[in-house]
Amino acid sequence: MFDVAVHITLLVLMPLPMLGLINRVKSIAAGRKGPPLLQPLYDVVKLLQKGAVYSRTTTWIFVAGPIVTLASAILAALIVPLASTTSPFGFPADVFVFAYLLGVGRFFTMAAALDTGSAFEGMGASREAAFAALAEPALFLALMIVCVPADSACFGDAFSAIPAAGGLLRHPGLLLAALALGVVLLAETSRIPVDDPNTHLELTMIHEVMVLDHSGPDFAFIQIGYALKFFALGAVLVHLVLPIPATGWMAPVLFVAGQAGVAITVGIIESVMARLRLSRVPQFLIGACVVAAVGVLVLFTGGRP
Amino acid sequence: MKLANPKSFRNGAAIAIADVSAVAPRAFRDLVANSCSHGGRLCGLVTLPGRPGTLDLVALVAHDGDGRLSALKTGVHAGGGYPALTAAIPAAQALERAIWETDGLFPEGHPWLKPLRRHPALEAGAAVPVPVPVPVPDPARAHVPVPEPVPAPRPSAPATEHPFFRVEGEGTHEVAVGPVHAGIIEPGHFRFQCSGETVHHLEIHLGYQHRGAEALMRTSPPSRRMVVAESIAGDTAIGHGIAYCRAMESLGGLEVPETALWLRAIALELERLANHVGDLGALCNDVGFLPGASWFGRLRGEFLNATMEICGNRFGRGLLVLGGVRFGVPLELRRDLLGRLAVARRDLEDVAALTFESPSVLSRFEHAGIVSRAAAEDLGLVGPAARASGCMRDVRCDHPLGAFVEWGLAPAVETSGDVLARARVRWVEVGRSLEFVLARLAALPDGPLSVEVPVPRPGALAAVLVEGWRGEILHVAATGDDGALCAYRVFDPSLRNWFGLAMALRGNPISDFPLCNKSFNLSYAGHDV
Repeated sequence: MFDVAVHITLLVLMPLPMLGLINRVKSIAAGRKGPPLLQPLYDVVKLLQKGAVYSRTTTWIFVAGPIVTLASAILAALIVPLASTTSPFGFPADVFVFAYLLGVGRFFTMAAALDTGSAFEGMGASREAAFAALAEPALFLALMIVCVPADSACFGDAFSAIPAAGGLLRHPGLLLAALALGVVLLAETSRIPVDDPNTHLELTMIHEVMVLDHSGPDFAFIQIGYALKFFALGAVLVHLVLPIPATGWMAPVLFVAGQAGVAITVGIIESVMARLRLSRVPQFLIGACVVAAVGVLVLFTGGRP
Repeated sequence: MKLANPKSFRNGAAIAIADVSAVAPRAFRDLVANSCSHGGRLCGLVTLPGRPGTLDLVALVAHDGDGRLSALKTGVHAGGGYPALTAAIPAAQALERAIWETDGLFPEGHPWLKPLRRHPALEAGAAVPVPVPVPVPDPARAHVPVPEPVPAPRPSAPATEHPFFRVEGEGTHEVAVGPVHAGIIEPGHFRFQCSGETVHHLEIHLGYQHRGAEALMRTSPPSRRMVVAESIAGDTAIGHGIAYCRAMESLGGLEVPETALWLRAIALELERLANHVGDLGALCNDVGFLPGASWFGRLRGEFLNATMEICGNRFGRGLLVLGGVRFGVPLELRRDLLGRLAVARRDLEDVAALTFESPSVLSRFEHAGIVSRAAAEDLGLVGPAARASGCMRDVRCDHPLGAFVEWGLAPAVETSGDVLARARVRWVEVGRSLEFVLARLAALPDGPLSVEVPVPRPGALAAVLVEGWRGEILHVAATGDDGALCAYRVFDPSLRNWFGLAMALRGNPISDFPLCNKSFNLSYAGHDV
């Protein structure tokens, strides 16, 4: 019961302020004071109080998009272990469910975008589909590196086995998995260098352009879903990198510090480099696949403990 | 046919309209094309009221090599046609479309004849939005030159929609952007013909900002004209302001005091600095490079503030006045400005080094939106956009006016014609302009700031080229027999360069459009006047 309480508490409190933390890091790097850490939360509350506007060309798919996206992100974040090596909501083979929950959310965001009939949103959906297809192999290969030593496709078993493998520093395969997963995180959550969450230029956007037509509560759902997706993928990364204990007070502390580390790292990356040209993004993602594939080779050729 | 020599004069000079050689329309086309193939560059095409029932079409050609302008004219019946220059000189396309639209002179054989600006009547379903040329039989005409007979039939004005060029076929699609954009910028409509992410053709349709500035210049009371001139393009208030002042001063035969000339040049360079630095920041912003965007953005403020401390307005409005300038720079302010500009220069060098050495930025700027030198020459591009493609042209060194005469500036030229080249040209110009401002401000002579302007001479024409930050600005003013303005034409660099942007996009990914657009950073208002 206590596990459930901790899991739910972290799930409710952390995702939106993490986005605030990224913005704060970027602001400081740019020599500005920056918005409050809770600004994403204020924005969501404001959006929830507004009405939504629907184009006459849209159908129920457009309305369903944000709801399904949010629901799938909540489920994905429930499955991932947070401040423990196991999740109270985990089950056998939940790794696959996790990956495809993200896929379901993406599918409905894209369907809702296509439903508007806008040229912009169609372009955004096409880019998202192309890049997601390239990011998925990297995600699965990275998860494979974690799951094979544990002989289980369940996050709980896999993460519990990591300390036995000697953690990140003793296991090169794990390091490569973490690298590949970092790239997947940047791509899936549309951060620089793949996408630019701050741009106002609809022709260059990937994720933002797909949700241009959503307003009010629908847009709030999308924002919350986005924050949860970032949080869930970040959680997987934290477990690969940090030795989070199964129980005890250290677990939540380490986990929160790890998630903050992910947000700060993303903020620093966005502060020091420009975005990739769109035609270069596939190379970046295929690079992540290759890194993960090398990790798998390491695993099968002696990297196994 | 008697071959007439075009009237030759220096930039900023006023000539008697009667001295401009008049030729027949066909000879006009051939002569202008001839001088353009011998080092000349068509920089303006204007109409003046001619004999009753006719308009005089005047071509202004800039000879950059010997620092002179030349003018040639032909008579065309009001509502009649003449052989289009565009067939021989592609750079004339926008100029002839503008004449067709505003004066109703029909360019016969123009390959891209469609309205230059948007017409609200067209969108409302009107059938005839632009003047349809009507041949005017005039048996009484006995003057030379004789307009050529008008061939029929001619295409009527476009029906109910702007005739966009369309690419059709499997996999091609059309993307329409604007006129309302995602940002606080001016309105304009962009129509992309793409297959997948690749742009095959971009057509830019403007006109939403048409305010009739040229007509306002003619009809406003003289005290209002300065305000109109400063509003032609809000970010080029000084550039257009100087062109207007010089045109009126030339018509009146006036020399402006030296101190005023220096202050005008300093203000023009401060305007260039603010805009170039702002553009570099915006380019960084468009590729998501945060340090460049923030630092260049802040430093732009330094130059705007310097202008404000001189005249009270960040964009330099109110500084210029016919006959000189309204404000001097007191010694104390001069010292203060010199100190702050020197600090800004140091900061600029740091952030430019960071930006131009970041691999992630370079990989975005390189090979994006290439305009070949041939295309730039053909389209008659001006300013940094032309210099980035290897065209050596800068009014400040080719046709210097005022304080630029003794400067001996070399144009900042790059050859690759891509976004990186346009960024580098801006950066080099920032350095040279800062040097100029620091040197001139330190050695500013004392003296009167302005003098009384005499009334314009009758029957005169003044053409003034000014190198604004965006490129060559041309103002042409002409007086009638009563000494009142009978024609005033404004050629903003944007009028020529928008087509360059369309060419730059060909074969590029559509996601690079914002970056290419920013690397040109053209004015909608300047194009639409």
